[in-house]
Amino acid sequence: MNFTLSKRARTIPLVLIIIGLVMAVIGFTGDHTDHKQYTWAAFYANALFFFFIALGTLFFYVVNHVTETGWTILVKRVYEAIAAYLPWGALAVLLVLVAGSAGLHHIWPWMDTRTLDTADPLHYDAHIALLSPYLNKPFFWIRTILIMATFIFFARWFRAHSLRMDQETGEALIRSHWKNYRRSVVFILLFAFFSSVLAWDWIMSIDVHWKSALFGWYVFGGMWVSGMITAVILVLYLKGKGYLPQVNSSHIQDMGKWVFAVSFLWSYLYFEQFLLIWYSNIPEESSYYMVRIAHHPWLIWGMFFINFALPMVLLMSRDSKRTPRYLIGVGVLIFIGHWLDTVQMIMPGSLGPHFEHIGILEVGFFVAFLGIFIRLVLSALAKAPLTVVAHPFLEESVHHHI
Amino acid sequence: MVNKVIYAVYEDPELLKSAARKLITAGVKVRDVFSPFPVHGIDPIIGLKRTRLGIVSFMFGVFGLSLAVLGTYYMSIYDWPMNIGGKPNQFYYQNVPGFVPVLFEFTVLCAAHGMAITYLIRNKTLPGMPGRNPDPRSTNDKFIIELRMEDNQQHASEAITNMLRETPVFEINERQC
Repeated sequence: MNFTLSKRARTIPLVLIIIGLVMAVIGFTGDHTDHKQYTWAAFYANALFFFFIALGTLFFYVVNHVTETGWTILVKRVYEAIAAYLPWGALAVLLVLVAGSAGLHHIWPWMDTRTLDTADPLHYDAHIALLSPYLNKPFFWIRTILIMATFIFFARWFRAHSLRMDQETGEALIRSHWKNYRRSVVFILLFAFFSSVLAWDWIMSIDVHWKSALFGWYVFGGMWVSGMITAVILVLYLKGKGYLPQVNSSHIQDMGKWVFAVSFLWSYLYFEQFLLIWYSNIPEESSYYMVRIAHHPWLIWGMFFINFALPMVLLMSRDSKRTPRYLIGVGVLIFIGHWLDTVQMIMPGSLGPHFEHIGILEVGFFVAFLGIFIRLVLSALAKAPLTVVAHPFLEESVHHHI
Repeated sequence: MVNKVIYAVYEDPELLKSAARKLITAGVKVRDVFSPFPVHGIDPIIGLKRTRLGIVSFMFGVFGLSLAVLGTYYMSIYDWPMNIGGKPNQFYYQNVPGFVPVLFEFTVLCAAHGMAITYLIRNKTLPGMPGRNPDPRSTNDKFIIELRMEDNQQHASEAITNMLRETPVFEINERQC
């Protein structure tokens, strides 16, 4: 059975894009920061958030290949559709990186070459000079292009290979399955390294004076859980429309469990990073939290509460993960929670005191990106049969029961 | 003959499941199933109630968390405030990040131990308790359905035995209790 976009599924994303862009334009005209930095930062936070959803989903999808998980085969196409947003998300992220590199804004202070000039005491920064063997533009772009190219190549290859496997039977299908498995192992190894590097380069270097060894994992935990939430909401939407008839409540419960479990991974990493810095109380480490907690206590603790306490209490019981409406409601809450997390990663660091509270720009870009994301994911979903036609584990997935 | 117990022995969990399904549709009540490992999907067939162990675990966890909050508050804030690394110790909320590892560990300790001990007591399988297994082969490679005539007074025991013979049964044992 193929998915076809209903009239509403075509108009709602379009309406979201228009509303979001109108809000963004209103926000843009009221943006009085130098280089319109507020607009760039708000755009970047949302570009990253949706890119991370696609990347986290791709990661989980590939982990399922490596572990040879059977039960997810029925919802495989949903993961592929979300991962199909990856190249577009990469484009949005790269736009901000290129603009920063060209000097159109100063989200990354180290990209300004004046920070390395000892003759310019106003801008010279000894710490950035110390980091310049790693944080310099050529090396940064080598890393960024390598990371983006790897992710986009693998996302497209896995999708194409999955569609190829639909046409195969018998021995050929098994051979394709093993090829998929080998490629997945390669991807996971690369992802393990690149997910940390991208977090350092694209996010941690905004607060260039601050380092955290855990930061890469924390960002990774956030992208993983965002992907899990998006996948389960999309599956429940499709089931509500009468698609995916073979997906039963055991599949739904397991997908809910992943939201629950990865929420804890994220909470653990976030809190561990905070706890060690709070405990050791070294100025160059705690400055990161001073900027955030001293000025935005509600944002920081509110988002930690939403992302940790809410899933823990609301998704603990078995029934909560088997009741679609309830699961969608909690999922949307945590989705917003992780958006707040991404906003607090980017905004206070790139704007300093100019970031007072979440305003029309952040929300406007969020709504616009949401519209684009929904539209692209749903059209990717419509391009292939909604359940795989042939897969060695298809039978196992159909009979999934816990 | 009300006190008679029938044990139907099977060689495979799938055979046992199909037999149990057949018995239940014929209106026979199955008291219990003994198997060397958990038989997947048997609970809904024989109408076992859902386990409440998760609720017990949650309550033990809440108990552990409360106890740990009380303990850290009494020891480190109320009774003898200690200056550790210059951390504020005037009020509990100021010092609570430092207590989080203790709160977490104590919650897990209480939840896990409480759950395990409750499980053993409820199953009457605490160390040293007499075994209640009707047939030692069910710990090796046999799967056994237990039927009690007191549960099935509307059926004659011969009728049940005949019904069992139609299933792929390995052997049928009857016992008085």
